[in-house]
Amino acid sequence: MSAPAKLTAVDLHAFFRGTEVLRDVSLEIPPLSVTAIIGPSGCGKSTFLRCLNRMHELTPGAHATGRIELDGQDVYGRDVDPVHLRRRVGMVFQRPNPFPTMSIFDNVAAGLRLNRIRGDHEASVERCLRQAALWDEVKDRLGASALGLSGGQQQRLCIARALAVEPEVLLMDEPASALDPIATAKIEDLIHELKTRYTIAIVTHNMQQAARVSDRTAFFYMGDLVEVGPTEQIFTTPREQRTEDYVTGKFG
Amino acid sequence: MSSALVRRRAVDRLMTALAAVAVAVALVPLASVLWLVVSRGAAGLSWAFFTHLPTPVGEPGGGIGNALVGTLYLVGLACLIGLPVGIGAGVYLAERGDSPIGRGIRFTADVLSGVPSIVVGVVAYGLIVVPMKRFSAIAGAVALAILMVPTLARSTEELVRLVPGALREASLALGVPEWKTSLRVVLRTALGGIVTAVLIAVARAAGETAPLLFTALNNQYWNLKPDQPTASLTVQIFNYAISPYEDWHAKAWTAALVLLLLVGSLNLLARFLSRSRLRSQR
Amino acid sequence: MTPTHTDKSYEAELSGLRDRLLEMGGLVERAIDASVRAITERDTALAQSVKTGDREINRMEVEIDNGCRRILALRQPAASDLRFITTALKIVTDLERMGDLAVNIAERAMELNQTPPVAPMHDLSKLADLSEAQLKKALDAFVTHDVEEAEEVMHRDDLLDALYLKIFNDLLAIMMEDSRQIRRATAIMFAAKHLERFGDHATNLAEMVVYMVRGTDVRHPRSRGEDVPPHQA
Repeated sequence: MSAPAKLTAVDLHAFFRGTEVLRDVSLEIPPLSVTAIIGPSGCGKSTFLRCLNRMHELTPGAHATGRIELDGQDVYGRDVDPVHLRRRVGMVFQRPNPFPTMSIFDNVAAGLRLNRIRGDHEASVERCLRQAALWDEVKDRLGASALGLSGGQQQRLCIARALAVEPEVLLMDEPASALDPIATAKIEDLIHELKTRYTIAIVTHNMQQAARVSDRTAFFYMGDLVEVGPTEQIFTTPREQRTEDYVTGKFG
Repeated sequence: MSSALVRRRAVDRLMTALAAVAVAVALVPLASVLWLVVSRGAAGLSWAFFTHLPTPVGEPGGGIGNALVGTLYLVGLACLIGLPVGIGAGVYLAERGDSPIGRGIRFTADVLSGVPSIVVGVVAYGLIVVPMKRFSAIAGAVALAILMVPTLARSTEELVRLVPGALREASLALGVPEWKTSLRVVLRTALGGIVTAVLIAVARAAGETAPLLFTALNNQYWNLKPDQPTASLTVQIFNYAISPYEDWHAKAWTAALVLLLLVGSLNLLARFLSRSRLRSQR
Repeated sequence: MTPTHTDKSYEAELSGLRDRLLEMGGLVERAIDASVRAITERDTALAQSVKTGDREINRMEVEIDNGCRRILALRQPAASDLRFITTALKIVTDLERMGDLAVNIAERAMELNQTPPVAPMHDLSKLADLSEAQLKKALDAFVTHDVEEAEEVMHRDDLLDALYLKIFNDLLAIMMEDSRQIRRATAIMFAAKHLERFGDHATNLAEMVVYMVRGTDVRHPRSRGEDVPPHQA
């Protein structure tokens, strides 16, 4: 890696009600690239993602120790406002979760309005919907309820909503696991487009998806970061036996 | 057909019939209430009944205009006090209810909702009427508000809990502060249900008599001042009904019909709103 | 292979493929052995059996090819499984070529058996034994994931090359001595050349086994400069 990492985890430990769910994770996420995080259920991969924008600590009984650096600055530092951090590190969730009471337009503009960010909201909404490859499908019904969209469209709407506050990093927690293969392909195509502007970390159960969309892959198992490396290497010649067993399907 | 099957079918029919009888028995008082109120009250209905002040015994005409306005005024004041407290407490319980404070509030609300309304009236009397040395609308409104708050808080809590956590997370992940997320996203999503809960609470408050007897008392004239005694439908009905005069008894029936219509239409509205909300979410 | 695949049918498909490859390797081993014995023992019928036996080898090549493609398409193999499948695809081509070489030698045998014997066949037998041993060891290494054995195969190729050179020179001397032997000596020389090629294919197999096990490519190190990292598996 030549460029300095966008996000760096150093000796990160995460806890949930006294149980250590992440152990001593150190991982670098390079800028303008896609880092996939794979591993079996309960391996801590989602927790890791949620530590990156301090969503983890919002769960009752959860806390984390260690350092996470965004552009070299510790995001767990005392002077860092987690609310501010989350505007720089956006997140897309497993199930599409548009705001049900809002129109398509209002959903995308929600982050701008709720945060009282001034500017040309109409232009921002159009830009984000275009970036999320949704503009052509919804431009004639921006005032309609977001619930009228298909699952895949809703997820792209959620991506547009996350992009509206102009984050630098986009965290995606299994963004396509609730979608059909065609909607999944659209999201994956979108990820390829988005990585030219954003740094992306994506958690996925689907190893083929990790292989398709990511530049680097990190394998988590039982709270440990087992191995991280170029995606091609992880899927052809992993160094660790546990990675090997996982990607070849020898678990359980 | 085996004998076991025959027996099972017979038992099934018997049980269905018993349940139908139970329903019929339960409907008898409801039907008789409706029949009595409508049959005895309908005759007295007129425009003047809704708009005029009450008249003394024996004098023809007169209405319950001041009591109708008074009820709306008392309930409106009670809402002004009770809604922010009840809804606010409900949101707090839903979002932070797992703390010891939250459990305390929930316990208090549960106990409070079981307190007889006349006790609440006594409390409002002691808290407000005695220090003010005067019966007043505000005392009645406080009593009604105390009755509204616990149920409103608990139903708001349930409705807010029904809002998917994913929406909270979506908002928080956009960098929206927690308090703003609670108010602008979570509460807004639950709003439809909360409106229904408020309507039901209002309908219940409008039908209360006991807490008003020694708080708002009564008034023969129009009143919109919070520090003055105020008439209300329920207390008016009470007064008419316990009087020894035939024409006042008739007026009690008519006023009861008006109250029934008011409460019934509030309930119907609440039902309509919650049903249309369910449909739009589907 | 310590743990097995969670999906038992996948495990069965992979091990089935491995068994078929070994079976095909066994056929090739027997073919090369028979083809050389057809020369040394002047057994034309044996030579003929090698030619007919090659059809089975060709059939297996197609079958294994299809099996690999099937797994690639349906199972999306990764890591060592992926390396196994891509290795199998290559090994099968080498094995098929080795079968063809056995056929070529058998054809030389038929040609030689029509004329009286002249030169001693001692070295040719030795070369045949060496080549056969190379294939055996390479297949062994493939089954047991034994990198050291595979590397031994790669080193021993030099022995074959040296022996081939000796046979070549000996035959050259015979041809210079007696021009009537040229035709016959050339046929033997071809057979020897085929055996030497056979050995090269065995070396290919060994290299692929190293890749399959370690995930590092050991082919053509010189053409890639010095970027071959010493790998610790």
